[in-house]
Amino acid sequence: MKEFLMHDDQDGVGVAVVDIKAGQEVQGAALHGHAAPRVKALMEIPLGHKIALRDFQPGDTIIKYGCDIGKVVAPIKTGEHVHVHNLKTKRW
Amino acid sequence: MGISSFKGFRRENGRVGIRNYVVILPVDDISNAACEAVASNIKGTLALPHAYGRLQFGEDLELFFRTMIGTGANPNVAACVVIGIEPGWTQRIVDGIAKTGKPVTGFSIERHGDIKTIAAASVKAKEYVHWASELQREDCGIDELYISVKCGESDTTTGLASCPAVGNVIDKTVARGSTASFGETSELTGGEHIVKSKAATPEIAEAFMKVWSSYSDMIFKEKTDDLSESQPTKGNIRGGLTTIEEKALGNIEKLGKKTKFVGVLKPAEAPSGKGLWFMDTSSAAAEAVTLWAASGAVVHLFPTGQGNVVGNPIEPVIKLSANPVTCSTMSEHIDLDVSAILRGDMSVDQAGENLLEIMLRTCNGRLTAAEVLGHREFVLTKLYRSA
Repeated sequence: MKEFLMHDDQDGVGVAVVDIKAGQEVQGAALHGHAAPRVKALMEIPLGHKIALRDFQPGDTIIKYGCDIGKVVAPIKTGEHVHVHNLKTKRW
Repeated sequence: MGISSFKGFRRENGRVGIRNYVVILPVDDISNAACEAVASNIKGTLALPHAYGRLQFGEDLELFFRTMIGTGANPNVAACVVIGIEPGWTQRIVDGIAKTGKPVTGFSIERHGDIKTIAAASVKAKEYVHWASELQREDCGIDELYISVKCGESDTTTGLASCPAVGNVIDKTVARGSTASFGETSELTGGEHIVKSKAATPEIAEAFMKVWSSYSDMIFKEKTDDLSESQPTKGNIRGGLTTIEEKALGNIEKLGKKTKFVGVLKPAEAPSGKGLWFMDTSSAAAEAVTLWAASGAVVHLFPTGQGNVVGNPIEPVIKLSANPVTCSTMSEHIDLDVSAILRGDMSVDQAGENLLEIMLRTCNGRLTAAEVLGHREFVLTKLYRSA
C-alpha cells in the first residue's frame, strides 16, 4: 500500500491517497515514471492533499504532472503540507 | 472492448437518442408557469423552466436561440411543445426544432391568457405522449453516439483517476467513430499549452487559443482578486486542489492519451462531423451540460472528487469518482466507483472498460443516479445584461 502518488518523476509534491498522520514514514509511487520516494510527514496530510517531497523557498516553482502548478509564497520543508497557505497561482 | 452497440431511438433526421422525452419548452421566464401547468396535466411530459428569454440582444440572443432550438432538437427528445408570451420568437424556436423533422407545436399566451393556452397545449402534449410512447428502441452503433465530458467539484483524485478513466473512454469511443466534446474554457488555464498540442491541425490550435485568450481577457477585466474560492472553488480547495494550474492539469486528463480534437465550437453549437470537439463553455456544471445538451449530446460523463450532484433534464449525466470518502458518504450519487485506482488495485484501462459498460447500459435505458434523484438542472448561459 502506497500512502501517496506522484504523477511524474519530476513532481516536487505527492498526493496523499490515505489520511497521513504527523510523524508517519510514508511511501510514494509515480504513475508515470519510476520514482518511489519515502519521506517523513511533519504534519497531518488529509487524503487528497499534497505532501512536499523536498524543501522549497519563496519564489520557487512547484511541479506536478511534470508541469508548473504555481509559486511558493512561504518556506516549505520536506514532509510538510502544501496548499493555499504556501502555494499560489501564477496566472490570476 | 466487449459491447459496442446499444438500443436507442433513431430520430427523423437519423440522429440517435437514448431517452424519449416529450418536452414542454418555455420561450421565456414568464411562460414557465403555463409550461409547468401543462406538464402537471399531462403525465409523461417534462417542463424545462428557465430564467431568461426577454430583451436579450446580439450574440447573447443568438446563443439563447441556439440553446432553446438545440434543446428541443436533441435526439433524446421525441416531441416538443413550445410556449412563449408572444408568437414571433415562439415560432422562431418552433421552426428551428422542426428542421429535425420531429413533431413540434408552438403556443403563445398574449390574446389567449394562461388558461386557454394551457388547455390547447395540453391537448397537443397528450397527443405527443401517446405517439412517443409507442416508439421502439432499435440497434444503434457506438459510432452514432455524441458524448460530452466535464468534471465538477474536482479534487486531486479526479486528476489521478476519474478524469483519466474518462480520457480512456474518449480514446476508445472516438476511435470507433463516436462524436465527443470537452470544454470548460477558463478551467484549462495552466494546461492550455497541452490542449493546444492536442489540436488536429495548427489552424484548429490557433482557433482554440483565440477562444481561450478571449475568455481569459474577460476574467482579467472583471476579477477583483486571484479568484481563489471561485476557481478553484471552495470545494476544490477542501479536496486538496490549490491553484487553477493544478486543477486544469487534472481536468485535461479527460481528453485522452491519443485523441486529437478536430474543431472548435461556439457555446451550444452542434458538431459538424465525428471526432472530439472543443466547445467554449462555462466551467460551471449545470451551465456547461445545458450547452452540450443543446448541441445534441445525448450522454455525459462526469468525474467528481468532492461530490458535485448535478444532472440535466434531457441528457443523462453519469457520475464517477475515485475519492473513497465521496464514494462511501455520497454513494447514492455515484454511478461508478474507481477509487481502486488509488489503491493500485485497478488500472486506468480497466476503469475505462467499466465506464464504457455503464455508459452503454445507460444508453440502453438504465437511469443514472442523477436521474433517479431528480436532478434536472437546466441553466442557460447569459453573456451580458439585457437591453
